[in-house]
Amino acid sequence: MTRRRVVVLLVMAGMMLAGCGGNRQSPKILGGNGSESHRVSGLWWLIFGLAAFVYLVVGGFIVLAAVRGRGTPAGRRSRITDHGFIWVGGIIAPLAILMTVAAFTVNTTSALRKPSSRELRINVVGKRWWWAVEYPTLRVTTANEIHVPAGQPLEFRIDSDNVIHSFWVPQLAGKMDAIPGQHNYLRFTATKPGTYRGLCAEYCGTQHAWMEFLVVVQTPGDFGRWATREQTLSNQSPSNEQQARGQVVFESSACAGCHRIRGTQAQADLGPDLTDVGQRTTLGSVRIPNTTGNLAGWIGNSQTLKPGNLMPPQYLSASDLQAVVAYLQSLK
Amino acid sequence: MAVTDDPALAPAPDPHELQEGWGEEAPGIPGFFSTVDHKRIGKRYIYTSFLFFFFAGIVALIMRIQLARPENHFLSPTTYNEFFTMHGTTMIFLFNTPVLAGFGNYFVPLMLGTRDMAFPRMNAFSYWIFLLSGAFIFAAFLLGHSPDGGWFAYTPLTTKAFSPGINMDFWGLGVVLVGISTTVGAINFIVTTFKMRAPGMTLNRMPIFVWSMLVFSFMAIFAVPAVTLAAALLELDRLFGTTFFNPTFGGSTLLYQHLFWFWGHPEVYILFVPATGMISMIIPVFARRALSGYHWVVTALVVVAFMSFGVWVHHMFATGIPPLALSFFSGVSLLITIPSGVQFFSWISTMWHGVVRFTTPMLFAIGFLLIFLLGGITGVMVAVTPFDWQATDSYFVVAHFHYVLNGAVVFPIFGALYYWLPKITGNMLSERLGKLSFWIMFIGFNVAFFPMHILGFLGMPRRIYTYPSGLGWDAINMIISVFSFVFAIGVLLTLVNFVWSNLRPHPAGPNPWGADSLEWATSSPPPEYNFAAIPVVSGRHPLWDQHPLATAVPGDDVVTPSLTPRGTMERETPFTEGLSGDPEALMHIPHETYVPFVAAVGILVLFCGLLVKAVLVGALGLLVGLVGIVWWAWKTGE
Repeated sequence: MTRRRVVVLLVMAGMMLAGCGGNRQSPKILGGNGSESHRVSGLWWLIFGLAAFVYLVVGGFIVLAAVRGRGTPAGRRSRITDHGFIWVGGIIAPLAILMTVAAFTVNTTSALRKPSSRELRINVVGKRWWWAVEYPTLRVTTANEIHVPAGQPLEFRIDSDNVIHSFWVPQLAGKMDAIPGQHNYLRFTATKPGTYRGLCAEYCGTQHAWMEFLVVVQTPGDFGRWATREQTLSNQSPSNEQQARGQVVFESSACAGCHRIRGTQAQADLGPDLTDVGQRTTLGSVRIPNTTGNLAGWIGNSQTLKPGNLMPPQYLSASDLQAVVAYLQSLK
Repeated sequence: MAVTDDPALAPAPDPHELQEGWGEEAPGIPGFFSTVDHKRIGKRYIYTSFLFFFFAGIVALIMRIQLARPENHFLSPTTYNEFFTMHGTTMIFLFNTPVLAGFGNYFVPLMLGTRDMAFPRMNAFSYWIFLLSGAFIFAAFLLGHSPDGGWFAYTPLTTKAFSPGINMDFWGLGVVLVGISTTVGAINFIVTTFKMRAPGMTLNRMPIFVWSMLVFSFMAIFAVPAVTLAAALLELDRLFGTTFFNPTFGGSTLLYQHLFWFWGHPEVYILFVPATGMISMIIPVFARRALSGYHWVVTALVVVAFMSFGVWVHHMFATGIPPLALSFFSGVSLLITIPSGVQFFSWISTMWHGVVRFTTPMLFAIGFLLIFLLGGITGVMVAVTPFDWQATDSYFVVAHFHYVLNGAVVFPIFGALYYWLPKITGNMLSERLGKLSFWIMFIGFNVAFFPMHILGFLGMPRRIYTYPSGLGWDAINMIISVFSFVFAIGVLLTLVNFVWSNLRPHPAGPNPWGADSLEWATSSPPPEYNFAAIPVVSGRHPLWDQHPLATAVPGDDVVTPSLTPRGTMERETPFTEGLSGDPEALMHIPHETYVPFVAAVGILVLFCGLLVKAVLVGALGLLVGLVGIVWWAWKTGE
């Protein structure tokens, strides 16, 4: 296969995976794609069973109690006394149920999020309104799309240098807040390869709604290849004249004031690291699919798609814009 | 103290003479600003908070239009963020808390069989502060500087660095201001309850609603300082550059959350406890049977008050607090279900052994039971730490707390409206319209809020102004939006019912429901002095067990004449002993005065000065407020 074909296939695969703007499946909390979500799903079905039982029994008592005296002058006699109701229904039965729930709660809480050896460490920083991602041991930096190997324990260190965010991948695990001034850790294992939608779950200002991200769970082999490729990106140079021009424009215009592309003059970190932007499937924190048109539109004016985001519109000439797009797309 | 229930020994006084002795209130605008009558103030509390309720409801409907479809452009993100901030702030601070204080203001003195609150002028002051703090927060909205940091105003989002505008200052100062009103009101309820009960009304004969307002007040006194502190420190950070919540300079972001929720969770019970108090009044009357386990219910209210101060961290399960600490708060959050379970089965038992009349107030009470049951169960679920890691800040939580705060607080309040408005206005509401309103509200509520649980399971986070299509959220959001309007129609029908009942009055008479507590012993609406002669109580259900009600025979002492019509004519009412309710001293009820209004306006001006950092304005306000309060204290006792 020629390189070109590989690219086309990759793009198609990416589009299939990503649909339009990330994958189009509900980020359900119930399911077995991550060690934590699996465990919590089990716990959920237990408490749901108890809850349904309690609702039906107590709800039944409410309805029955409301109607049973109808048509009688002074109510029907009953063998259940006032104190019987309160002792059994209000104290003994709930205590038994709550003790059960408490036991499972403590048991599950202590089993989850525990450190283990051989875990892959990933540092995530909540930004306004996107996610910075760093693999300290692999020396890889990216944004908004987090690749992880299936089956290996993961340790996310979750930080913020601005307001509070919350890191949530419903299909894999529960939330962990990103709080300025402290390191929070979320640990779980992703078990099934696939692309999972992540969301910011703590209100963080204007664009809280579009602060999504993707977690791409890969087989260990695929992940290894991805990581190796990422590590070599900074040694890459433009392969044609348009891309070379794009790099010049990028480095000399406002772009380089906010973004970093490893191995180039652009070394700012106000916006997402763009070293591997060509291999990402989405733009603007999973706002839109990463296509040529979308990329050009995003650079030109992202405010229509994500009003209030911190990237101002860029007034580039048509040819400069095309060059920058070609250059960015080559970063993969 | 001699007591009689012989009408011959307690001749009916001449109403004109009574009114003349009590003193006519100034009519029109002067009377409006100077009244200290707990009934006028209570009524105002209720009507003002309902204005805020309608506003917050309309804001919610507009948000639901925005969320009806994915990627909708009906509201900008900024406007949406302002709207949900205003919705939450208004509902908690300006509707739920004050409307309950309003019912308390109107009915606690009537239920206790006395002629006013312990501190009538403070009562007026607390209303004025509430109204002005509401106006203060609304000024922000009207001026286009609406707070947009969420009703919980988490730092650092709300600090100057990330919210540079004046918007959050309105919130921070407004919250401090409304806290003054709540605290002042709470002190008034506590003293009134302990010192002004009718003779013979021992603590264990007090109506449950009074107990619930007492618990409400103690909780408010201990909880409100925490939120006042949180908001005040936030304002110090914002206005004067302190760094309490700035981690870069050694402050702590989480400290804010601890302070906020140390008030915030008890606040849920501050709202919920009086709502259950209302239910405990309504159910026995319409089941024609005394409440089962009176002592159990009172104990449950007191226990819930204590426990509610030990659960606040369950709002912070995902903030990185170590698991052992989480388990402790998880455990208390589970256990707090027990006192609610006790209350629940007391209500069930009351209905079980009685004969239920399905009037509108009773329908709202039964609706409350079915809704609160679900809200309580989902409350247990979110107390389960690992499940909460998934559920928190998702729509599951939105569903849960609307089942609790809308279903388990607003439904009882509507039941209370149908139950007690006839006492307040003197006119019955239409039962037919009331029942229609209930059913539409009940169906609208459940179809609008139940699917939010499912949205949470499908991973929809809270507080997002829009969402992508194709995630399984679209149809559910549309259903929710449609039925939120159905719910609104139900609410509107009650408003129509209220207006209609005043246009086409059906006089209620003193005791239309055949109830047992003392507020029904006087005419509807009650005269300004409440009771010509203060009843002497010999049991828990005076109107069921005492025919006719006994009154005191004036003795040679100073106090007992105040129990009789002579007390009304002298504008006096007895202070009674804390536990037994035996008369022990005389209270003179103050006349109408502008001082509370002036003091409240002074404090408002002080806060406006802080808001715009105008030292002179602030100083002027402080001066007016202080002069008002000093003059007020000076005049006390005259």
